[in-house]
Amino acid sequence: MLSYSLKRLLQAIPTMLIVITIAFFLMRVAPGGPFDGERALPPEIEANLMAAYHLDEPLPQQYLRYLGNLLQGDFGPSFKYKDFSVTELILQGFPVSLEIGGLAILLALALGLPLGIAAALNRNSAIDYAVMGTALAGIAVPNFVVAPLLALVFGVLLGWLPAGGWNDGALPNLVLPVVALSIQQIAYIARMMRASMIEVLGSHYIRTARAKGLSERLVVWRHAIRPALLPVVSYLGPAIAGIITGSVVIEQIFGIPGIGRYFVQGALNRDYTLVMGTVVFYGALIVLLNLVVDLLYSALDPQIRYDD
Amino acid sequence: MRKTRLFAGGLLLASTCLSSSAFAETLDIGVTGELASFDTSQVSGGIWESQILMDVYEGLVKKSPDGELLPGMAESWEISEDGLTYTFHLREDAAWSDGEPVTAEDFVFGWRHLLDPANASKYAYMLYPVAGAEAVNTGEQPPEALGVASLDDGRTFQVTLDAPTPYFLQQLTHYTAYPAPKHTHEQYGDDWVKLDHIVTNGAFTPVKWVSQSHIDVRPNPEYYDAEDVTLDGVTYHTIEDRNAGVSRFRAGELDIMREYSSSMYGLLKDELPEATHMSTYLGSYYYAFNHREGHPTTDPRVREALNLAARRNVISEQIMGGTFQPALSFVPDGIAHYDVQEMALEGDMDARLARARELLEAAGYGPDNPLHLRLRYNTTDEHKKIAVAMAAMWRPLGVEVEMINAEATVHYQTIAEGDFDIARAGWIADYNDAENFLSLLHTGVGNNYGAYSNPDYDALLDQAADTLDLDERQQLLEQAEALALEDDALIPMLYYVSRNLVNTRLAGWEDNIEDDHPSRWVHFAD
Repeated sequence: MLSYSLKRLLQAIPTMLIVITIAFFLMRVAPGGPFDGERALPPEIEANLMAAYHLDEPLPQQYLRYLGNLLQGDFGPSFKYKDFSVTELILQGFPVSLEIGGLAILLALALGLPLGIAAALNRNSAIDYAVMGTALAGIAVPNFVVAPLLALVFGVLLGWLPAGGWNDGALPNLVLPVVALSIQQIAYIARMMRASMIEVLGSHYIRTARAKGLSERLVVWRHAIRPALLPVVSYLGPAIAGIITGSVVIEQIFGIPGIGRYFVQGALNRDYTLVMGTVVFYGALIVLLNLVVDLLYSALDPQIRYDD
Repeated sequence: MRKTRLFAGGLLLASTCLSSSAFAETLDIGVTGELASFDTSQVSGGIWESQILMDVYEGLVKKSPDGELLPGMAESWEISEDGLTYTFHLREDAAWSDGEPVTAEDFVFGWRHLLDPANASKYAYMLYPVAGAEAVNTGEQPPEALGVASLDDGRTFQVTLDAPTPYFLQQLTHYTAYPAPKHTHEQYGDDWVKLDHIVTNGAFTPVKWVSQSHIDVRPNPEYYDAEDVTLDGVTYHTIEDRNAGVSRFRAGELDIMREYSSSMYGLLKDELPEATHMSTYLGSYYYAFNHREGHPTTDPRVREALNLAARRNVISEQIMGGTFQPALSFVPDGIAHYDVQEMALEGDMDARLARARELLEAAGYGPDNPLHLRLRYNTTDEHKKIAVAMAAMWRPLGVEVEMINAEATVHYQTIAEGDFDIARAGWIADYNDAENFLSLLHTGVGNNYGAYSNPDYDALLDQAADTLDLDERQQLLEQAEALALEDDALIPMLYYVSRNLVNTRLAGWEDNIEDDHPSRWVHFAD
């Protein structure tokens, strides 16, 4: 398994290089630059700015310069947030996004899995319809609707929780963003778990287990749940990467200083170094989490082995 | 707005109270963007940035709550008769937050730092009236060539200008004219701006910065008026989602929310009439006509017809719910030393439309040959609503409008290249002077998106730039605008207003035309 993991990590290098290259040139192809705005700058000031950030060099040279700096772990300065380097921004924002996202995923698993299992075991019953109906609503209502509603009800009208702000991660400030972020995930996981449970419960080996006279509880706990988790696990890899790298909507509405908004703001501001930094970071995280998922697979399903 | 609220649970009660300023006299201000830097040469130009910087730094002059100029770091000054030399006498007790005195050397250093091409400052041009500034900024001259001097052992700061600039004192309230602490630059190099090392000379000094969340500042004990500063500190919360900012204000988490969204105005006016502020502001919302060859808008008859058919009241009242004021001039109402020059639109709407039709017909457009226009705007709900309304107002004239929207960066780049017939644009005053707006129609200026060019107009502006007498200068500027409006150089449409939510317990916070509100004047009145 160790050699498999190493091989996968080595394979990730060309993948990352392709991601970096595409992102770098795509960003430069987009019209407008980091210093274009409502007010056109006098040409000499624009020239000063371009020179200060090496944007006056030919593109291939800039690309090589970027790769060189990256190898030394230097993401460069942000064009917009001048008092911080891109590395500082990511290091400051990621723990926040990780905390909010991690809690949201835990909440989603803690609620989504039991709900999905309960719905599958009580197929076509009132429980099933209630769970699946609620889940559908959870998926259908986007979080830019849910988040302000939560803030309005619990922050403004009831006054139970802060309507926004980070407050250095105080518990009351975490509740609404974590709930808002997890609602869709609870719904996805519950639906996925239900579908996969139903499929597993209809399979031959479950019939065999039942035929052997095992109790229903043993059938479900020992033989059904583990294989039924596989699709959920493969969904979780990219989902976790997506959630712990922050949600623009949740961060903006609750004023959370995570890294999610850097993706969007960086792109809108043409803050080239910030966009590249977040893309590289996100790419590396996806590669890593996909590897973790594949390793988990072999733990859940003995038929899958990577000891080549 | 601190309403009595229902709390659930001791923990929540305690933490909610601690997070608000109900008991501590800390001012919580919601600002709509993130400060780019505490180095004023690196600032990107947002309104939220001036709010923070004017609290932690102070220039030679400062502003009163209602926006009047007051002595700041300089306690007095003289202006030479030719208007070219300004001599500022710094106050004895001016000090940085580490106790070091603020000297003329710090101003010399700060201004050179701003103009040094190596620092690539976006707003360096604000100091271009100073002799040699442009040459220094373009690298033709060394920073030492700048027309500034420290005299009398640093107690006197002298500035030489290229041309008399009547608004120069006004400009000195802008953050580009603040001093920079020479001694910490020398000690820490580029790291002088890091929070561990930063010193400031304003009423407050920064102590904490969580990017994208908040900045905390505390009173500067070395500030000459420290005794009059009653707040325990100010926290600036970065809130990009303006509706979320309104929620946080209503929940009592903020004392001031700057720039609330215009669409919330109706609701807020009903619910929080005392706290909801809206006031005249020095900003102009307009549509630029393309005056470059090959565009239908080069024909003055077309421009006049389009101007005649625009119903500004409808846009202001019905489309924008009263959150803009209708404008018939480019220079907004309220600019100092200036009388608004309004476009002459005679007759009622039917008469105006009839006249517009005649003009278009004379220009060769009609049912068989409809006028086709490409209207560009940057993507926001506001701009879209206005563009749709304008297109609807022009439709009865047989005008076909093709609307093209793009995000701001692309929009401004595209219109700077001249790829449009009509383009949405706006301008917020950098300083309270008509010249700041009128120069946008001068031939060859970067922000003259439509490339309007009239030698007579240019001559009037150039003459005004060399005129010392304020009344005479005012007349020249007014003549220039009247000329541009006669030419239908653009479509003046709306004046911006400032929008703020302000805790009714606050005193010392006043609406003013530049929407500047130094926190040092603010206190909680109980």
